[in-house]
Amino acid sequence: MKKHLRFLIPLALLLVLVLFLGAGLQLDPREVPSPLIGKAAPGFALTRLDQPGTTVRRDDLLGKVWMLNVWASWCVACREEHPLLVAFSRDKLLPIYGLNYKDQRADGMQWLSRFGNPYDVSLFDSDGRVGIDFGVYGVPETFIIDKQGVVRFKQIGPVTPEVIRDKIEPLVRQLNG
Amino acid sequence: MTLLPEIGHFSLWLALGVALVLSTLPMLGAAYGRTDWMALARPAAASLFALVLLAFGCLVASFLRDDFSVLYIASNSNSALPFQYKIAGVWGGHEGSLLLWVQMLCVWMVAVALFSRHLPQALLARILAVMGMISVGFLLFMLLTSNPFDRLFPTPPDGNDLNPLLQDPGMVSHPPMLYMGYVGFSVAFAFAIAALIGGTLDATWARWTRPWTTVAWMFLTIGIALGSAWAYYELGWGGWWFWDPVENASLMPWLVGTALIHSLAVTEKRGSFKSWTVLLAILAFSFSLLGTFLVRSGVLSSVHAFATDPRRGLFILVFLTVVIGASFALYAWRAPTVGLGARFALISRETTLLANNVLFLVAAGAVMLGTLYPLLLDALGLGKISVGPPYFDSVFMPLMAPTLFLMGVGPLARWKQAQVPDLARRLQWAAGCTVIAALLTGWLAGEIHVVATCGLLMAFWVFGSVGTDFWERVRPQGKGLAEVWRRFRQIPVALLGMMLAHVGVGVFCIGVVMVKTYEVERDVKMRVGESTTVRGYTFTFQGTRDLEGPNYSATRGTVAVARDTHAVTVLYPEKRIYRVQQNPMTNASINAGLTRDLYVSMGEPVDNDAWIIRVYVKPFVDWIWGGCLIMALGGLLAVLDRRYRRNKEVKA
Repeated sequence: MKKHLRFLIPLALLLVLVLFLGAGLQLDPREVPSPLIGKAAPGFALTRLDQPGTTVRRDDLLGKVWMLNVWASWCVACREEHPLLVAFSRDKLLPIYGLNYKDQRADGMQWLSRFGNPYDVSLFDSDGRVGIDFGVYGVPETFIIDKQGVVRFKQIGPVTPEVIRDKIEPLVRQLNG
Repeated sequence: MTLLPEIGHFSLWLALGVALVLSTLPMLGAAYGRTDWMALARPAAASLFALVLLAFGCLVASFLRDDFSVLYIASNSNSALPFQYKIAGVWGGHEGSLLLWVQMLCVWMVAVALFSRHLPQALLARILAVMGMISVGFLLFMLLTSNPFDRLFPTPPDGNDLNPLLQDPGMVSHPPMLYMGYVGFSVAFAFAIAALIGGTLDATWARWTRPWTTVAWMFLTIGIALGSAWAYYELGWGGWWFWDPVENASLMPWLVGTALIHSLAVTEKRGSFKSWTVLLAILAFSFSLLGTFLVRSGVLSSVHAFATDPRRGLFILVFLTVVIGASFALYAWRAPTVGLGARFALISRETTLLANNVLFLVAAGAVMLGTLYPLLLDALGLGKISVGPPYFDSVFMPLMAPTLFLMGVGPLARWKQAQVPDLARRLQWAAGCTVIAALLTGWLAGEIHVVATCGLLMAFWVFGSVGTDFWERVRPQGKGLAEVWRRFRQIPVALLGMMLAHVGVGVFCIGVVMVKTYEVERDVKMRVGESTTVRGYTFTFQGTRDLEGPNYSATRGTVAVARDTHAVTVLYPEKRIYRVQQNPMTNASINAGLTRDLYVSMGEPVDNDAWIIRVYVKPFVDWIWGGCLIMALGGLLAVLDRRYRRNKEVKA
């Protein structure tokens, strides 16, 4: 009998998998509540992607409404989002800061020159420490941070034209008063 | 306004009725020995095929007639769409590609009904009944959640156009090939289930299953290669594999299918691995179903995931659970009784094949883990992450290295028991040549690189060992060249097929290594008349002009390429805007060659008339797809082997 039990292994594995897939169906891959909303953005001091000698701190950005977009050259979904971001940056609605997440400096630079650079400045977060402070689950993610340095909005996954039109633009106008 | 869509819709319902009959009566007939019920299987399969073909034809005709009163056509076609892309549009979206899936299943079903007349009646009845059950599931799925014939009122004046990414010759043929492969594993699956039910799991079962599995595997290989080639020239950034969930969904059945082909060989020749082979047959098709679920349900976000709808996901999940769960339960019940087959020693061809099987399965498991991991963490409430190429590269490569090593040893090892010193002696020349060739290639390419050398060693090892195997078989024993030819004629075609397929793997491997290590990618800002030199090729930007395509407007750049002052070619990369969806598309221009591709595509216009131009030199990149093609050809040779036909003549 014991010998026969091993023929049941595939069935058992399948059941576990099905449970997960079933649970996965209930979830929206793009929606995650963020505990950061309404709280101060985590502090950071990172070098610029293009200038390893220049450091940017969170407090340098106090007093303006800005956007933080987490990206990486290895991230396929970022390519999907990228043209939209480039177009959005032409409107100059607010400064866009990139967080180059767990990437190589050369790869990041090359990616920007290849696909266009929507960022005013990209910050280089090679070990992902700052990303973790921001609670980054998956790349890309986008945050809107107000003049007092408080996170007001978070988008998981690529931003879409609808998100820009219905959420980001009204929010930025309101924050800029 | 015609009734074509209604006819199509109606024939799908009729097809469902026939499929219900096909999946029940012959199965019961086989259980109770009712010959008249079993005899229904073949005509039912034929009528199912005819009905689905009618529906498919109605959809194609409606596409060609620009019938935008059909929702699916309105969202995937346009009156200005060129003819061949209207055809491709039939499978350009969710509903149509499902219809294609069912159509392919029916093609396989009819093929089984036609070419397996020599099988025992009960077995054939069960096989067709199992395939009938699968078609019931997919027909229901289509009719309940994704009907391609739904009407749209009011009728829009024109359609929303086919996604410009799909308007490409590669996309016309990629899905049918891929689906032929995916669905083709249903034959091996049905054979396995029928054999488990009937208790006829033996060497003849393996012999019947082998050609079907090989053909399905061949189509899948070509389908994946086409998809990869499409990504290479159509997405405009020169990559050929992205470890995207949808790509992984096609790779997993391929890996398991490859394991299955090899396992079947052992079961046919030696009677061993029976319960393992039957499990692989079930798994290969299960992975096809899982792939369908991943692509259709929207549980994972992906570059080319289709429109998502939770009802669809739930339906497929339930279907998947029923089909795979029932098969595994049947397996758990019947497999313990099939016995072990011939014994073999630790060092033997059986062992190398078993090891390779395990490696392939582990590789498929690793790909599945990487694909599902984000979903698992999410379901456990541990957060959301994305797994990128770093994971797959670091897991997949170490698994493939021993696989390729064993691929060289396996065919030379003897069945049942082999001797290590004997193997080492026979393979010493292959090993020596491998090392020299790998280092020489690195030196010729300009730099000997550690990882690249490992990859090249693997590739040349495959060539060397296949060469050794071949030479041992044709080596003349005293009588000169005529003897070589005579002995060559004696090699079974199937064996030549295997050698060819293995050479294909080596060719593929060379392509991957050379591109990964020695490619040069450069993005340069160029004004008209300026030039840049990459690996000895001088690219000169000669300006742009505007032109109008049938359904797009394009800016076409002209880039002349020269080497040492003599002209090589002129490339015309394009930036296209498709009029309906207003999507910008980058069409790369490629000068393909045996040892390198010159790849030019247009980036963004900068100031005045300067453009960012992407200039790539990709060494040996075409070997990647060439290798896949050679593998598929090897599969073709294997299927053409005389013994499958002889077998049929005797039994017919």
